[in-house]
Amino acid sequence: MFGGIDPSVLIASLMVASVPILLAAIGELVVEKAGVLNLGVEGMMIIGAVVGFIVAVETGNPLLGFLGGLLGGAALALIFALLTQVLLANQVATGLALTLFGLGLSSLLGQGYVGIKPPFTGSVPFGPLTDIPVLGTILFDHDWVVYLSIGMIAAVWAVLTHTRLGLVLRAVGESAEAAHALGYKVTRIRILAILFGGGMAGLGGAYISLVRVPQWTDGITSGAGWIALAIVVFASWRPWRVLIGAYLFGGITVLQLNLQAAGARIPVEYLSMSPYLITILVLVIMSAGRGRASLAAPAALGQNFHASR
Amino acid sequence: MKRRSVLLGGAAMGASLTLGARAALAQDGPLKIGFIYVGPIGDGGWTFQHDQGRLAMMEALGDKVETVYQESVPEGADSERVMTQMVLEGAKLIFTTSFGYMDPTVNVAAKFPDVKFEHATGYKTADNLATYDARFYEGRAVIGTIAGRMTKSNKIGYIGSFPIPEVIQGINSSFLHAKKVNPAVEMSVVWAYTWFDPAKEADAAKALIEQGVDVILQHTDSTAPHAEAQKTPGVFTFGQASDMAAYAPSPRIASIIDNWSPYYIKRAQAVLDGTWTTGRSWGGMKEGEVVIGTITEAVPAEVKAEAEAMIAAITAGTYHPFTGPINKQDGSVWLAEGVVATDEELSGLNFYVEGLTGEIPS
Repeated sequence: MFGGIDPSVLIASLMVASVPILLAAIGELVVEKAGVLNLGVEGMMIIGAVVGFIVAVETGNPLLGFLGGLLGGAALALIFALLTQVLLANQVATGLALTLFGLGLSSLLGQGYVGIKPPFTGSVPFGPLTDIPVLGTILFDHDWVVYLSIGMIAAVWAVLTHTRLGLVLRAVGESAEAAHALGYKVTRIRILAILFGGGMAGLGGAYISLVRVPQWTDGITSGAGWIALAIVVFASWRPWRVLIGAYLFGGITVLQLNLQAAGARIPVEYLSMSPYLITILVLVIMSAGRGRASLAAPAALGQNFHASR
Repeated sequence: MKRRSVLLGGAAMGASLTLGARAALAQDGPLKIGFIYVGPIGDGGWTFQHDQGRLAMMEALGDKVETVYQESVPEGADSERVMTQMVLEGAKLIFTTSFGYMDPTVNVAAKFPDVKFEHATGYKTADNLATYDARFYEGRAVIGTIAGRMTKSNKIGYIGSFPIPEVIQGINSSFLHAKKVNPAVEMSVVWAYTWFDPAKEADAAKALIEQGVDVILQHTDSTAPHAEAQKTPGVFTFGQASDMAAYAPSPRIASIIDNWSPYYIKRAQAVLDGTWTTGRSWGGMKEGEVVIGTITEAVPAEVKAEAEAMIAAITAGTYHPFTGPINKQDGSVWLAEGVVATDEELSGLNFYVEGLTGEIPS
């Protein structure tokens, strides 16, 4: 026990609290690595939340619900992909519009689902492992999505750094012209990356409505998508730093509530401020070092590509 | 400087002339009433209840009124634009239903003297701006009593929204009454700094449960704390603002329901009759504005009877939840034996009573 708070319980709950932003952020990281800036994360998350909720309630199967959330987020991302990759619309404006559209559409879809309870998603049965002191609580007492989210980080890291696919994806994000000249299908790769990003955001949204809160109410994501976007920058586009960033943001939220509940004498304001202070600090340190390159932002981020240019 | 104010005056006159003409035209049609909501109607709590009030008013007054509403209006400068828009669309009576709309409502009310404004839970009035509130602390006294009886760990939790008098009344009232029936009880207060954020409210409930709290009172509007409490057997919650019956009989064992219908009907009728005047309305159980929802079978019969006796006493006006002796947190005397808190004291309440730990954030 530390100041009335059990650290293992705290770590376990911050892992759960961080899952939605973690999934959305790792998806957005892949999108941005491909050179596309999709600001519609919030919209895709909430669509994932509502579609996942509806599917889970109608089928009684939370697994199908998560699948529905994933597809819902990807479907919304497809609109973004069509507008920005085929019709070459401005990515920033389209992304913002996507968020507004997603919020409105989710509210419409969710009309009949307020006040309903979704089917329960339980912990993965690890048997006796769960009873190990400290480690059991932290590592072996979660639902499967928690493990999936960490697995996704590892998978994205492995693909980006160790495979040809990752190399091509990064090439598209650094210089679409060069990748095109080498014969890679820039638009197709970007569309697939956008769909992946949408799917991950949708999955994260479904986690909010099916596990973390578990219910549907309008505006349930309440800004998680924006935090996910910030985490990608905070992580300077590196997968494992996304994990750190998400746990930091998620952790501070959980920690400050726990400190309050435990009656700690630290003013709430300082704790709420801290993740943002850390973000600023990290950004200053990174940009002061070796210039923009050390920020690792993909060079073609936000620029539309057309083969005629 | 002077020239500018002359110009502004001219512009204002022009605007009021146009509005005057509109008003004259609008006289023939039904009375248009606007509602500004802080959350979505689907929140199942605060905004939902205001909307129920609006629907009840439409039901009661029929085609004499028509209503417009805007959901999820941010508290701040944006709300001024929404109110102004409603006035320009011909609304003659506007209800702004959250504390944070106070200054925007004051500003807009000053610009449109012939439109009536009603601001919920605030304390600033004007000739065309009235305030209305409900004595939620009366309901808190009842659920505080139930909470004190139901807790096994002797730890109860309170999810606070913002440190404003209404919430502090609620914390003090529920703690005093829990303590009265269970002297060993302790209360943890968690400030969520939001009225409606399901994920954050669920986290707050989770943090409280992890600290050993087994009865949670909430002053935030979503049902998320109930959903969180449901995961842990033996944890109880109370519906806030709305009945939240979906979580009955357990964890939700009772609720405080805000019933705005009587007030909305009365005030709209007053505008129709031309008898509307400004004022500060603060109705409670007696006026039917604060209602305790069904106390479920999870509560033992004698506790239920005790709660019902308190409801009856408060409704009859024979018992006031803030009746001395009550000390302030620092141990100094607030209310001496038998002294009842005045409405002025309550509407500016900014301190905890004796026995509560922690500080109210500033």
